[in-house]
Amino acid sequence: MRLGVWGAAVLRPYKGFAMRLRLALVGLGFFLAVPVRGQVTPQRLLDSAKEPQNWLMYSGDFAGHRYSNLEQVSPTNAAGLVPKWAYQTLAGGKFETTPLVVDGVLYGTGQDDRAFALDARSGRPIWQYQRELPADIRPCCGRVNRGLAILGDKVFLGTLDAHVIALDAKTGNVVWDVTAADYRGGYSFTLAPLAIKNLVIFGVSGGEYGIRGFIDAYDAATGERKWRFYTIPGPGEPGHDTWEGESWKIGGAPAWITGTFDPATNTTFWTTGNPSPSNRGEGRAGDNLYSNTLLALDPDTGKLKWHFQFTKHDDHDYDATQVPVMIDQGEKHLIVQANRNGFFYIIDRGTGRLISSNTYAKVTWSTSKDAEGRPAVDKNGAPSPEGNRVCPGAAGATNWMSPTYDPQTKLFYVTAREQCDIFSTAPQEFEKGHAYYGSAYFPNDDTAPFWGTLRAIDPLTGALKWEWKHPSPTWSGVLSTAGGLVFTGDAEGNFMALEAASGRVLWHFQCGASVYASPMSFAVEGKQYIAVAAGSTLFTFGLP
Amino acid sequence: MLHTSSHRFLRCDSATRLGLVAAGTVLVLLLSFARVRAQDKNPLAGDANAAKVGESQFRANCAFCHGLGARGGGRGPDLTRAQKRHGNADGDLFRTINQGVPGTAMPPNGATQQGVGMTDDEIWQVITYIRSVQKKAPAPVAGNVSHGKELFFGSANCATCHMVQGKGGRLGPDLTTTGSARSTEYLVESVRNPNRRLAHGITEGLKEFSQEYLTATVVDLHGERYLGVVLNEDNFTLQMIDTREQLHLFDKSKLQLFEETRQSLMPAYDPKILPEKDLQDLIAFLLETGLAPEAGQ
Repeated sequence: MRLGVWGAAVLRPYKGFAMRLRLALVGLGFFLAVPVRGQVTPQRLLDSAKEPQNWLMYSGDFAGHRYSNLEQVSPTNAAGLVPKWAYQTLAGGKFETTPLVVDGVLYGTGQDDRAFALDARSGRPIWQYQRELPADIRPCCGRVNRGLAILGDKVFLGTLDAHVIALDAKTGNVVWDVTAADYRGGYSFTLAPLAIKNLVIFGVSGGEYGIRGFIDAYDAATGERKWRFYTIPGPGEPGHDTWEGESWKIGGAPAWITGTFDPATNTTFWTTGNPSPSNRGEGRAGDNLYSNTLLALDPDTGKLKWHFQFTKHDDHDYDATQVPVMIDQGEKHLIVQANRNGFFYIIDRGTGRLISSNTYAKVTWSTSKDAEGRPAVDKNGAPSPEGNRVCPGAAGATNWMSPTYDPQTKLFYVTAREQCDIFSTAPQEFEKGHAYYGSAYFPNDDTAPFWGTLRAIDPLTGALKWEWKHPSPTWSGVLSTAGGLVFTGDAEGNFMALEAASGRVLWHFQCGASVYASPMSFAVEGKQYIAVAAGSTLFTFGLP
Repeated sequence: MLHTSSHRFLRCDSATRLGLVAAGTVLVLLLSFARVRAQDKNPLAGDANAAKVGESQFRANCAFCHGLGARGGGRGPDLTRAQKRHGNADGDLFRTINQGVPGTAMPPNGATQQGVGMTDDEIWQVITYIRSVQKKAPAPVAGNVSHGKELFFGSANCATCHMVQGKGGRLGPDLTTTGSARSTEYLVESVRNPNRRLAHGITEGLKEFSQEYLTATVVDLHGERYLGVVLNEDNFTLQMIDTREQLHLFDKSKLQLFEETRQSLMPAYDPKILPEKDLQDLIAFLLETGLAPEAGQ
């Protein structure tokens, strides 16, 4: 349901008056000829680099770079950054949104599936929407949402009760609302969808429940589902034989992070999460395709072009749900991914062939490579009844927080988490809608504490260029800008600017709560802003 | 949401509204009474299969702090003990699991932002499991509690740095509840060899429980040296208490020296300083204090 900014209760008794007023205003419009803000066409999304003042999709562009072409804030003036405005959702839980900005209006989501449009200069609300969620939803890992997609005159929201919703970008009114799956079976949406051409693409969450994962495409105008790609092949399909017995029906493989898109080859790239149960391989013998996999799909049909599986038959919850970043250098067209399993993968974007995989964080689960050169599972690292210490830990060497690729420094920046855990088995029967982990993990008793780090990596070699250490593992993503800066946050609540070339910290601000979001940048009236969510507040910063 | 429902009420006349409110209140009271009753007794008590399923639930949801086998871990108490500090009855356990314990690291069910949380049935399964592994009766306390208390506040000098029930120092951890939170072996080790295990902080969502009692040495720009314990820190600032319990707040960029170690400021109490019998008395005092119902609340 929608919450009017001024309160629906106040306005509704005067509906007749409001209608007359609206008609009068529409009439007035003919005379005032107010300039109409342009719609977000599919072409504008393709040309996002031409309008650096706007942030048109989750990662900023189709390549997944999370890079802003704005250069007003630079190493010479970053020390002078100040807060410009803050917007509070007043909701609890992790605030993971990446806002969009289009022509001076900022669109974001809050915890519990609220959405809002703000004046991007002041943070003043234009509209707010609150999804009325059923009382019995139990989404894993907090009630979170990472943002919207925009196309035409609508913004698109995936909800925790597995609905796909289009909102009028001007009013926040629901235009269409489609049930994608039954939330009682553990299905939900947490990701920001991706708009390509006239379609909006959503990947489902629910890897803790024994769902059968899928990626859906909906007609942006009508909400009609155009295709569904099941991330677990059904009987008769290639890959089906990588599952034992009936395990494919409850095999997980959600797709809960936003994909990328290569218009040159008309291919959209999506990544998938763990097989279910997440930490117990017994009962699902085989590689478990397409769990923990990079998928190359035709965006018009959902047809699979190729796939690359990062972790076969995973029993450490190593979701591959990290944005698959497209990098072009000379003749090389690559996908690179710093995977949750601790390896940095370089993959040929045309064929899915693995070029290299090197560790970028501490890894003990794999000590060898298979025939195709990919890290192979070391059986000694499997969860056991007594517990087995494995690195990276259950939250991974990184997770859903976005990395960034800076085409100026030609470096890839990623949040790494140096934390090992003890994995133990916890056998359980599958029960629809109930958590289905099959195991447990807990912090190991090392005397060395856990820590986090921002790492700058050469994406062509995987070599480490510099790093900035955080006191503890963080869940903040990273933004790079043409001004020569990278921005990130930490678990201690600091949001900071670093020189992209050297890793030198130039500025920091204490947000008062851990950062669980990836930052972005936009400009209004010639002024650059950097925005990040922390606590229940969306902060923006700029020059004085 | 609130706006819409109050708006609906506005349309009713006041008598109807009063009637609706009264009926609603009665219904809510009835429902909550039924709920409280339902939570008093474990419907799965003694069910071996429920205990088995409960073990898996326990591993997935509780072992993170309470350890495999419920014998206590880095943070949570040993739950195999017969006596639970926040209540022994089934209903008490259910409440503790479902609502958490305010002011401690025990979160309400489903509020950790990590997993899914448990249904009522799953909580009862966990309680059934805990019952299946817990000891039948409180372990007899071996030492002399009152002598342990004398040592703590007297010649053993524990109270110089540690507090129990509001009395004592603040440099080290408050030990009021440690007897219920830690195993006897852990307590013995912490006295004999304090460096072995400094408490690990819980970061992120439960950040307020971050203190790890690292030892800090600081030299400021005037050459002044400070030795003490870290209360909190981030990459840019440090909050510490020195050995005289003075609070110091530093900007890390304005220090000549900042070193921290996982070497405890506490001296190791070897048997020459604290004979075995005295140690037992001291532990007996801590166990007695920690297991007192709602100690320190």
